[in-house]
Amino acid sequence: MQYMCLIYATEGQGPQPNTPEFGAFMQGYQDFTAKIRADGKMVAGDALQPSTTATSVAVRAGKTQITDGPFAETKEQLGGYYLLDCADLDEAMSYAAMIPSAAFGRIEVRPVMVWDT
Amino acid sequence: MIPPPANAAITAVVRDHWGRILAALVKTFGDFALAEDALQDAALAAMRTWGDTPPAAPDAWLITTAKRRALDRLRRDQTLARKTPEIAYFLQHQQPDPAKEEPIPDQRLEMLFTCCHSALDEKTQIALTLRTLGGLTAEEIADAFLDKPATMAQRLSRARTKIRVAGIPYAVPDAQALPARLSAVMRVIYLIYTQGHAARAGEALIRRGLTREAIRLAKTLVLLVPDAPEPAGLLALLWLSDARSSGRTDAGGRMVPLEAQDRSMWDHAQIAKADRVLKSALMRKGIGPYQLQAAISALHAQSPTWDATDWPQIAALYALLLQVEPSPVVALNHAVAVSYAQSAAAGLALLTPLAEPLAQYSHYHAAKADVLLRDGQHIAAADCFQIAINLTENDVVRDFLRAKAVRLRPH
Repeated sequence: MQYMCLIYATEGQGPQPNTPEFGAFMQGYQDFTAKIRADGKMVAGDALQPSTTATSVAVRAGKTQITDGPFAETKEQLGGYYLLDCADLDEAMSYAAMIPSAAFGRIEVRPVMVWDT
Repeated sequence: MIPPPANAAITAVVRDHWGRILAALVKTFGDFALAEDALQDAALAAMRTWGDTPPAAPDAWLITTAKRRALDRLRRDQTLARKTPEIAYFLQHQQPDPAKEEPIPDQRLEMLFTCCHSALDEKTQIALTLRTLGGLTAEEIADAFLDKPATMAQRLSRARTKIRVAGIPYAVPDAQALPARLSAVMRVIYLIYTQGHAARAGEALIRRGLTREAIRLAKTLVLLVPDAPEPAGLLALLWLSDARSSGRTDAGGRMVPLEAQDRSMWDHAQIAKADRVLKSALMRKGIGPYQLQAAISALHAQSPTWDATDWPQIAALYALLLQVEPSPVVALNHAVAVSYAQSAAAGLALLTPLAEPLAQYSHYHAAKADVLLRDGQHIAAADCFQIAINLTENDVVRDFLRAKAVRLRPH
């Protein structure tokens, strides 16, 4: 089964660039990515630019509405994701717990919908 | 919805076999919702066709009928069905037959781990466990939690969907994950017990029935993991608490404190049974909070009188419990035990640092009042009783505390 691990954290929280902690933090991500590749669980994964760069698009009555900003102005914002191929939720949860941002943010684990053909 | 049971005997037979059959059906069909609907169909069919006497092998009858119903549902609903190779084989070749039914494999442990999975919220874990292993109806569970039946049915239905769609495993966890998962199962059983235990005279009978249900689940768990000492500790703890329940309130529903309870009202046969289970658990190395609490409860249960209570040993057990599972409430119990084992002053010294974390906890102030009283500090004790009275939400406890406080006021 495929599980989408959505990485949420308060922006500005956690190790910041140009601090000694940041290097170790980024190394943690590299190690995690290498591990899920080696374990054959990696489908995809990316980090996102901060929510200040987000643009929201909606179409109402045929008209496109553009908003500067993320979908919702919540404290915790989506910062990246991993798409994993795991046997079950237990396995997905154990990998999610290894994502470095889990130490201060929160990882939402969602099964990817499978369409019956 | 479900018609009222026409025959209590049939309901009891169905409920006795419910958990085991449902667990086997989930294993076969890989789908909680389908398995449960099919078994519910079979149970209704039993009501209609068994008459006054269940068949010789009611479990074989029920599982066969449930499998047929599940297959009927799958045939009707081919596109939606997530068919495993086993089900496809079933659909093509096999006609379930009660005479050819193999002994039902026991998958209840797998089911317990699924129902008590941390990806489900606590109340859902409790409700699902009562529904799938206890065979209680959504209406009965709603009654026990003072919820609307529709709300409870929806909660259960969402949980079943999540189990299937999110891939919550139906398996016994590996050795590394087992201790934590087992304690989640024990916690659910313990919470079911306390939910029933908190129910008072006059409240819905089903709510008090939860204590019996929790004991039944604990017994099942001991059967399923016979080598683990903590489930045995849990069973002993529930048996001990239940054995002493008849002395806790008087005929008028008033609370009777331990020191004033009529110990002849306790179920001494059950206390002895619990003690045997606990002793054999303690021999198997692997002490844990349930065994420790059971050991404390056993000391109270076996003491012939309040004055004969073995406080030094109880205080020592609470000290151990405090190490295994540190919490302010355990520390409170430890302090009270020390106040009897050593002196009121020694107890008070341990109570002082708990004032902040337990500021809103009525029991803390009531316990402190009692210790102050024994230390001769009557005015301070009266103040503490008043705080406890203001904080409690339980009418029975409030009446009890008021009666105590009144005796302290100068006349």
